[in-house]
Amino acid sequence: MTLAATFLAAEGESPLIPHAYELVVGSFAFLVVFLVVGKILTPRIQKTLAERTEAIEGGIKKAEDAQAEAQRTLEQYRAQLAEARQEAARLREEAREQGAAIKAELREEAQAEARRIIEAAHAQIEADRQQAFTQLRGEIGRLSTELASRIVGESLEDEARQRRIVDRFLEELEGRPEAVR
Amino acid sequence: MTPLMLVADDFKAPGPSIFDFPPLYDGAPYWLTKPVLMAIFGAVVVCAVAWSAFAKPKLVPRGMQNLGEMGYQFVRDQVARPFLGKDAERWMPLLLSLFFLILLWNFFGVIPLIQIPVASHIAFPIVFAITIYVIKIYLGIKHQGLGGYFKNMMFPPGLPKPIYVLLAPIEFLSNLIIAPFTHAVRLFANMFAGHLILAFFSMVGFWFLFEKPTPLGAGLGVVGVIMTIAMTGFEMFIEFLQAFLFTMLAAMYIGNSLHAEH
Repeated sequence: MTLAATFLAAEGESPLIPHAYELVVGSFAFLVVFLVVGKILTPRIQKTLAERTEAIEGGIKKAEDAQAEAQRTLEQYRAQLAEARQEAARLREEAREQGAAIKAELREEAQAEARRIIEAAHAQIEADRQQAFTQLRGEIGRLSTELASRIVGESLEDEARQRRIVDRFLEELEGRPEAVR
Repeated sequence: MTPLMLVADDFKAPGPSIFDFPPLYDGAPYWLTKPVLMAIFGAVVVCAVAWSAFAKPKLVPRGMQNLGEMGYQFVRDQVARPFLGKDAERWMPLLLSLFFLILLWNFFGVIPLIQIPVASHIAFPIVFAITIYVIKIYLGIKHQGLGGYFKNMMFPPGLPKPIYVLLAPIEFLSNLIIAPFTHAVRLFANMFAGHLILAFFSMVGFWFLFEKPTPLGAGLGVVGVIMTIAMTGFEMFIEFLQAFLFTMLAAMYIGNSLHAEH
C-alpha cells in the first residue's frame, strides 16, 4: 500500500473546500484582532515610537545647543583672557616707562641739586676770598701806613736801622696771626 | 516485498483525514471543532499579548513592550516600508494584525497539545486572502480609476504591440484570479503539508517503538523520532516564513494598487 493510495482511500472531502462555519469564525477572529490590535493598539505604539524619535532628536538637539553654548563661552573666556594679558603687558610697559621717567627725573634733580650745592660752595668761597682780600687789603694799607709812618718817624738815617724796623714790623706781624688768616 | 514492508504491512500512514475533527464533545454544535476553538483562542491570545505590550506604551520600553516593538518594527521595516514606502504607517494596523494572527495560528502547529496549525484548514487563509483581494481592487480603482487600473494591469507601457495579445489575458488572469488563489493556497498548503509530515514521522516513531515494537522496526522508529524533532524545528521556520510571506504579499498587492507598476 503506497502513501498515495492511503491518501486517496482516506479522502472524504477535499481539503481545498472550505467549511462555511470556519469562514465565519475566521472572519470574526480576524475582525476582532484587527479592531483590538490594529485599530486600538497600533496607533498607540506608533504614537509612542514617534514621540521617542522626537525625544531622541530633541535630546540630540539639546546636547548640540549646550555644546555650542559651551563653545561660545569658551571663546569668550579665551578672548577675555587674551585681552587681560594684553592689558597686563600694556600696564607693565607703562609702569616701566614711568619708572624710567621717574628715575631720570630724580637723577636730573639730584644733579641739579649737586650743581646748586657746588655753585653755592663756589660762591661762598669766592665771597670769603673777596672778604679776606678786602680785609687783607685794608690791613695791608693800614700796616703799610703804620710802617711808613714808623719809618718816617724814626727819620730814616741808615740802612741798618731801616732793616731793624722792617724786621721788627714783620715780627709784630707774625705775632698777630689773625690779621693774615 | 522486503522484510521492512512486511513489518510495515499494517502500519497506516496518516492521511488528510487527520484534518477532520468531530465536534469537541457529544452534543456540541457541529461547528465547534478543535480548529475553530483554536482559531478563537489564537485571536484572544494575540489580542491579550498585544494589549500587554501596547496598551500603555512607554517612551522607554520595558518587558512585553520590548517584545511587541520587536514584532512591530520587523513588520514595519521588512514588510511595510519596502512595499508601501511613505504609506507604511497607514497600513501597519492591517499588516500587524495579519502577521501576528497568522504567526500565532501557524505556531499552534508545534505547540504541544494544540498541535494543529489553524491555517491548515483552507477557510482561514481564504478569509485573509479575500480581505486583501477586496482591499487591493478597491484601492486600485480608487487611486488609478476603473479604466486606469485595468489598463495599468493588463497593458504595461513600453512593449511591442503584438505582445499585448498574449500579455493582457495573462496579466488579467494572474492578477485577478491566480494571485488571490495562490495567496491563500500557499499558506494553506505549507501548513497542511507540514502538519502531515510531522504526523507521519511521529506516527512512525510511535508505531515502531510502542505500538508494534519489533527488532527490525526499532531502527525505523528511532529514525521517525529523530525526524520528528528535526522536522519540528524546520516547521517552526516554515511557519514563521509563511506568516512573513503572506503579510509581505499583502503589502505588495496594496502597494501596487496605490501606485501603478511601471
